[in-house]
Amino acid sequence: MTVDRGWRLGLRTVALAYLALLLLVPVGLVFYRTFEHGVGAVWDSITTPAAIHAFQLTLEVTAIAVPLNTLFGIVMALALARGRFPGKALLDALIDLPFAISPIVIGLSLILVYGVHGWLGGALADAGVQVIFSVPGIVLATVFVSLPFVVREVTPVLREIGDEQEQAAATLGANRWQTFWRITLPAIRWGVAYGVVLSVARAIGEFGAVSVVSGKISGKTETLTLLVEKRYGNFDLAGAYAASALLAVIALGTLLAMTLIKPRREEGET
Amino acid sequence: MSATAVTPRPGRTPAAARPARRSSGALGVGIATLWLSVIVLLPLAAVVVHSLDGGLGAFWDAVSSRQAVAALRFTVLVSLLAAAINVVGGTLIAWVLVRDQFPGKRVLNALIDLPFALPTIVAGLTLLALYGQKSPLGIDVALTQTAVLLALLFVTLPFVIRSVQPVLIELDREMEEAALSLGARNVTIFRRIVLPNLAPAILSGAALAFARAVGEFGSIVLISGNIPFKTQVSSVYVFKLIESDAPTQAAAVSTVLLLVSLLVLLGIRAVGRRWELRHDR
Amino acid sequence: MISVAGVTKKFGDYVALDDVSLDVPDGSLTALLGPSGSGKSTLLRIIGGLESPDAGRVEIHGEDATPITPQKRGIGFVFQHYAAFKHMTVRDNVAFGLKVRKRPKDEIRDRVDELLAIVGLAGYQTRYPSQLSGGQRQRMALARALAVEPKVLLLDEPFGALDARVRADLREWLRKLHDEVHVTTLLVTHDQEEAMSIADQIAVMDNSRIEQVGAPRELYDRPATPFVMSFLGPVSQVGEALVRPHDISLTPHAEGDGAREAMVSRVVHLGFEVRVELMLTDGSAVTAQLTRTEADELELSRGDIVWLRTAGSATLPV
Repeated sequence: MTVDRGWRLGLRTVALAYLALLLLVPVGLVFYRTFEHGVGAVWDSITTPAAIHAFQLTLEVTAIAVPLNTLFGIVMALALARGRFPGKALLDALIDLPFAISPIVIGLSLILVYGVHGWLGGALADAGVQVIFSVPGIVLATVFVSLPFVVREVTPVLREIGDEQEQAAATLGANRWQTFWRITLPAIRWGVAYGVVLSVARAIGEFGAVSVVSGKISGKTETLTLLVEKRYGNFDLAGAYAASALLAVIALGTLLAMTLIKPRREEGET
Repeated sequence: MSATAVTPRPGRTPAAARPARRSSGALGVGIATLWLSVIVLLPLAAVVVHSLDGGLGAFWDAVSSRQAVAALRFTVLVSLLAAAINVVGGTLIAWVLVRDQFPGKRVLNALIDLPFALPTIVAGLTLLALYGQKSPLGIDVALTQTAVLLALLFVTLPFVIRSVQPVLIELDREMEEAALSLGARNVTIFRRIVLPNLAPAILSGAALAFARAVGEFGSIVLISGNIPFKTQVSSVYVFKLIESDAPTQAAAVSTVLLLVSLLVLLGIRAVGRRWELRHDR
Repeated sequence: MISVAGVTKKFGDYVALDDVSLDVPDGSLTALLGPSGSGKSTLLRIIGGLESPDAGRVEIHGEDATPITPQKRGIGFVFQHYAAFKHMTVRDNVAFGLKVRKRPKDEIRDRVDELLAIVGLAGYQTRYPSQLSGGQRQRMALARALAVEPKVLLLDEPFGALDARVRADLREWLRKLHDEVHVTTLLVTHDQEEAMSIADQIAVMDNSRIEQVGAPRELYDRPATPFVMSFLGPVSQVGEALVRPHDISLTPHAEGDGAREAMVSRVVHLGFEVRVELMLTDGSAVTAQLTRTEADELELSRGDIVWLRTAGSATLPV
C-alpha cells in the first residue's frame, strides 16, 4: 500500500516523537549533564581508585564469562542444528530461560546454591572457596544472564547453511576437528561475533543479579553498575552520571559493533 | 538481541537432519547440557525447592501477604500496560522504519537496540534526568507509578519493533497490491491484509516484552522509590526479602514470578508453532 | 478497448518503457511477449494502475484512466506468485473483493461457490492457500480476480512459477475460460509457445519498446524485425538472410537459381522431425529442418554434398 503523504508524515512524526521522548532525549541529556562541568571533572570521577577497580572488575568478569558461554554456545548450537536426540525441543526451550527470569531471582538462586547455607556453599566454604560476596559469585551471575546469546545467534546460521560443505569435507578425508575448524567455524564466525557482542553488552550491564550476590564491597566486589548505584545513593550525582556516561559510551560502542556485524551475519557464510 | 528467538522464521528448508553423531558429538552435547544444568537449572531448582522449605502453609503465607499481593498485582498490571503500549507504538515505529525514508533513518534504526545494550541502572538514571526532580521539562514523575511505566517502556522498546521488522520486510507486497486491485482502501488493506500477517510477530514481541517487564529491576529501583503498596514491583519486594534475611519467603514469591514468565514464554512458542503450521509454505 | 499512448516510464536512470503505444481490442486475449527486462510487466502494471507513467496516457473504454487509482479501474490482476492472502481461507480470498464492496452475505456466498466451481476448486472453500498446490493457488487467484466482474483481466506471468506440465494444462484451461467468459485479457509472458497457442493478438516487446503487434500467424510468417523472427521461432542464417529451418529445402543436385552448395555435418533424428546441420562453402553453419519422409528420400549422411534453397514467406535481411 502506498500511504499518502499526510499519513506518512503523521506516522513518522508520532514515531519520532515517541523515540525522542523515551530514548533520544534522556540519553542525550545524561551526556549533557555529565559534561556540564567540563571534561576534567568527569575524568577525575572515573579515575578514582574505586572507579578504576570497578572498571577492571567488570572487564575481568566479562572476560571470563563470555568465552565460556561462547564455547558452550557453539557446542550447543551444533547439537541443536545438526543433532537428533530425545529432549532436543525441551533443551531448546530451556536455553531461553535466562531471558525470562528476573535478575533478582537469579541472584537469589545463586545464593541458595552457593551461599554459606546453600546446597554447595557449605562444601565449598570448607574447601576455602567463597562464592557469594566474592568475585566467583559475580562471575556465575554474569554467566547465567549471558548464557543464551551465542547459541541463539549461531543456531539459525547453522541451520541455514546446511551441512553439505561438511559432508564434502568428510568425503575429502577431513576428520571431525579439521572439518569443524576449517569449514564450520569460518561459516558461522559472524553469527558468533554477533552473539559475543550481545553477551559482552549484557555482561557489562548486569545489575540486579550482581546486586544480590556481590555484597557491593567497594574495591573488591563492586562492578561499574553497582558503582553507579552507590554514587547515586551517596548523592554524588555527578559521579553517578560520570560512571553512567562511561557505561553509555561502551553501550554505544556495542551498538556500533552490532550494526556493523548484523548484515554479515545474515549472509550466513563468508 | 534476537527477539526472533521465538518468532516463527519464514519457512526455510534445512538440510536433512543427519543422524546424531557418534561418541564425540554426544560428548559435546553432554558437556553443554551439563553446563546448562549447573549454571541455570540447578540454581532455579534451588529456588523452587527452598520455597517449600517451610511447607505449603508457609509458601502460601509468603505469596499471599498483603505486600506480596500488592506488588504482584502492580507488577502484572503495569507490565501488561507496557506491553500494550508497545504493541501500538512498536508496530508503528517498525512500520515507519521499514516503509518510510528519511535522513538519519539508519542511525535511528541502530539506536533502537540501545535499551538492549545499556545497563538497566543507567537506563533508570537517564529517565530520572528527564522526568525526575531536576527535569528540564519541568515535570517530576519520580516516585510515581508513571515512573515505573516509563522505565518499563524504555527497557522493552526493542522487543516488538525487532520482532515485527523482519516480518514486515518479508511481507509479500503483492498481497497488498492484489487487495488494491480488488478495490480495497488503504485502511482496509492494513486491517485485513497487513495486520493479520503481523499479528504473530506482534504478539511474540509483546509477550517477550511482558516477560522482561515482569522481572525488571535495575531501571525501576532508582526512579520509583519502591514505595510498598504503591510503586513497589515484585522484583524489588523479593530483593527486600533477601536483604531482610527471609530467603524462604523470597524463594516463594520468586517461584510465582517464575511461573508467570514461563507461562508467557511457553504460550508464545505454542502460538508461533500453530501459525507456522497453518500458514507457511 | 484499452488504449495505451506514448507511455514512458523510468526507474531512476533505467528506462523501463520508451514511448510505448498499444491498442487492446475488447474481449480479446492479448499477450505481451518478450524477454525479461523488456518492460512488459511494467506496462501491465501501468495499465493496472499499480505504477504511474512518467509520460503518456492509458485509456480504458474511452475514459482516461491515467489518474484513476487501481481500486477504481475495474481491473482484475493475477500475479506470478499468486499473492494469495495466506491468512485467509480460499473462500475468504475469493470473497475479498465482494466484501470490500459490501455486497450482501448471501450474494457473496453464492458467487464464491459459483466461481470456485468454474475454476475447478469446488469443495475447497475452507482450505488455506498453504494447503493448495501452485496450480490450485493460481486458479484461486483467478477466481478472486473474476469475482468483482472486472472489465479487464491482467495476468503477470501467471504460469511462470509452475511446473511445465501444469503450465501447459492451465494455459489451455485459461483459453477455454476466456472463450466462455469473454473478459478483455492481457497476459504477460516470456514463453513464445504460450503466447502463440492461446493469444488472439501478440505484442512483442524488447528493450522497453514494442517491436510488432499482430496475430500469431502473422508475426510468425511476416516478422517485422530479426528480433521478432528469432523470438517466435527457430531461425537459420543463410547468406544475408534469415530463414526458418523448415523453409529450407535440400536437393541432391543443383536445381534452379540461387541454390547453394552445402555439406552435411550432422543429421539428428528427433522422431518425426529431422534436423540437418550443414556447412556452406563460405564456412558458415546452417540448420535445416526436414520431415522424416523428406529425410528418408534424400538418404543423407555425414559428408554428403547437397544443394540448398530457401522458400516460404518468412525471410528477413539480417
